[in-house]
Amino acid sequence: MKSTALNIIKEKAIWMVFVALFLVFAFANPLFVSSSNLFTIARQVAVLGIASIGMTFVILIAGIDLSVGSIITLVNVVGAYLMVNSGFGMVSAVLVSLLVGMLIGVLNGFLISTIGISAIIATFATQTVFKGLAYILSGGTPIYGFDERFKIIGQGYLGPVPVPVIIMIACFALGSFILNKSYFGRYFYAVGGSEEASRLSGILVGRTKYLVYALSGLFAGLAGIVMLSRTNSAQPTAGLGYEFDVITCVVLGGVSITGGYGKMSNVVAGVLIIGILTNGMVLMNVSTYMQLIVKGIVLALAVGFDSLQKKRATT
Amino acid sequence: MKDNYVLQLQNITKEYPGVRALNDVSLEVKEGEILALIGENGAGKSTLIKTCSGAVIPTSGKIIVNGKEFAHMTPQLAKENGIAIIYQEFNNVKGLSAAENLFLGNPIRKGIIIDQKAMEKEAEKAFAQLNIKIDPKTLVGDLTVGYQQMVEIAKAIQQDARILIMDEPSAPLTSAEVESMFKVCELLRSKGVAIIYISHRLEEIYRLSDRIVVLRDGSYVKTLITKDSHVDELIRLMVGRDLKETYPSREECIVEDEIILELQNLSGNGDKDINLKIRKGEVLGLGGLVGAGRTELVEMIFGSVRKTSGKILFKGKEIDPKSPREAIDLGIALVPEDRKRHGALLGVSIKNNINMPIYKRISRGSVIDSRQEMDVAQKYQKDLLIKTPTLNQLVKNLSGGNQQKVIIGKWLAANSELIIFDEPTRGIDVGAKFEIYTLINKLLQQGKTILLISSEMEELMGMSDRIMVLYEGRVTGELERNEFDQNTIMRMSSGV
Repeated sequence: MKSTALNIIKEKAIWMVFVALFLVFAFANPLFVSSSNLFTIARQVAVLGIASIGMTFVILIAGIDLSVGSIITLVNVVGAYLMVNSGFGMVSAVLVSLLVGMLIGVLNGFLISTIGISAIIATFATQTVFKGLAYILSGGTPIYGFDERFKIIGQGYLGPVPVPVIIMIACFALGSFILNKSYFGRYFYAVGGSEEASRLSGILVGRTKYLVYALSGLFAGLAGIVMLSRTNSAQPTAGLGYEFDVITCVVLGGVSITGGYGKMSNVVAGVLIIGILTNGMVLMNVSTYMQLIVKGIVLALAVGFDSLQKKRATT
Repeated sequence: MKDNYVLQLQNITKEYPGVRALNDVSLEVKEGEILALIGENGAGKSTLIKTCSGAVIPTSGKIIVNGKEFAHMTPQLAKENGIAIIYQEFNNVKGLSAAENLFLGNPIRKGIIIDQKAMEKEAEKAFAQLNIKIDPKTLVGDLTVGYQQMVEIAKAIQQDARILIMDEPSAPLTSAEVESMFKVCELLRSKGVAIIYISHRLEEIYRLSDRIVVLRDGSYVKTLITKDSHVDELIRLMVGRDLKETYPSREECIVEDEIILELQNLSGNGDKDINLKIRKGEVLGLGGLVGAGRTELVEMIFGSVRKTSGKILFKGKEIDPKSPREAIDLGIALVPEDRKRHGALLGVSIKNNINMPIYKRISRGSVIDSRQEMDVAQKYQKDLLIKTPTLNQLVKNLSGGNQQKVIIGKWLAANSELIIFDEPTRGIDVGAKFEIYTLINKLLQQGKTILLISSEMEELMGMSDRIMVLYEGRVTGELERNEFDQNTIMRMSSGV
């Protein structure tokens, strides 16, 4: 209600950060802005972007999903196993893998909503379980040797645009549609704002949580398929620690960790920032260890900014 | 007798923006005396005792403790000067033993090692002093509520409290536990401790207290010597105000032979054997004091909490709503007491709040018909005169009265027939209150039926067609409009 100009700046702040960061890397290394590198970045962020859509829903309802990395891994392994060892066709293998991702999400929903375990512990538990399952299923070694056509998902091009980028854009459009146009999208904001007020307004809060975690599992599963196609081999460590990057993207995109506030379009900016940050640091020969430090600081800054605003609003 | 006042409150006034919660209140309590503090809901009892603990800073007035004068207290000062408050919610740690709780914050220790043995020994002595049998090693979480309260009292005494303030101490206790609590109070009195005892149970006050101070609407009314006073006088003092507020008049809307809601021996959620009937177009007022079980009753009707026995009949058919969703679909709505936490979705827009219960209905597949969404929001904004530049405004930015209208709009959109209002005007300024009353009348004309919970006597009498009074989870009386009388309602509310 105060100043609308200020609000617009606040809304778009994350995009300004993106532009600033982009310029810094562009000046530091001209290679960064080459079209081949930009497409590389786009391809790299595709997996991250797809997974972050589900996580956006989860964080909107004031939840968290730490199992995303393990779902990505397991879907990699399951998809590869089905295609290589079980004689499944490409399409059915993909569909079964996506179903697996979604079912893990449903399981998370069951643990959180029906049993009442806190989201952080429930998804921590499933993270560990499915990490282990992926190792067992793969025997700890990579699985490869897929149908040539399978490569299209992660490596193909439609005209000049990489297929994974198209998938990501479609997913963001779908995510944005769910949040803005579907009735359950409204429920996500409501539940994140106040579970009790939502319940008293007739929202079935438990069912909403199931849906959100199932969607998170589904999007993570799709991210896993894209990754599998890109690397063309299932690694039992494929999605290790991925949930960290995904959560960072979403929080950086301004989705409040306490739930109820956030926009899909800003999450896109969050994803792109992490994408160029990772890529730019590689180009600048920043060591992997140093990259971890930078990402950790970025996460703390993003959450810190949100918390400070909250604090100021209440006092 | 002049000099042994241990605590004197002089001319205490507390103003909040727009409200005067306490108006020039004075009281004093002597060594070895039990002083009862009584008044209706909102009379200012809690605010007054909070000035003694330092939780509320008075706008003006003096607090004199043992001859020392203070402009206000702080929690630290209160403790140093021997003032302790036993709240209804205990300040204990359930996972620690009784002894450890007794020394919470300042344990007996040798260097950095806690001296468990010494604490247990001291605790045993402290409990023995109060004639209570608690094993100091028992975890507080394993003790009954009554014993947990004893630990609280023992802790206060252990910290040399000479002035003990108890806020509705008997509310959570069983009758046997109340008896032992009385014994402890009497024992403390004989040891010279001053006790300020707040309770809405008048029989307890007659049983225990030496003097009674009556507050009404934030003002001091009178001090009575308990043994010379009569309960009728007490009730008259508590409610004795002139009915001055005017309420919008309304045409008779009651449809005599159409019963909308009927409860038959409904029990559960702390209530027992509730019977009531509401006719279409009627306002049934539910009176009673805080904790009488009124909110608990409507929670069962609204499907928020399940009943344990008895029947709920809605429009002649038996219903058993398992969730608010089911109740809403049947045509029952609740405007809850805690508007900000339970009523409105603060971080969500007006438009979305109003449509929240009906989103599924106005969606094709899962896609919201945004035109219909806007139409619904606009209709109720107009009907209810919600003041806002845009329907996309977040509800947290609205005034209390407008927030309440958004919540009502939500239920009108959901086509509710029975609308339950739980303290609908709490925290709303006078002008907006009148608007809400007018709105309630309008709802009646549209054929809605209202169940109104109100702790404001004037509002209850001004708006209801009929009043039922609850006390401790039971119906203690029912009054037709021509029988409305403050004294009678207060008497029923106090279980006298």
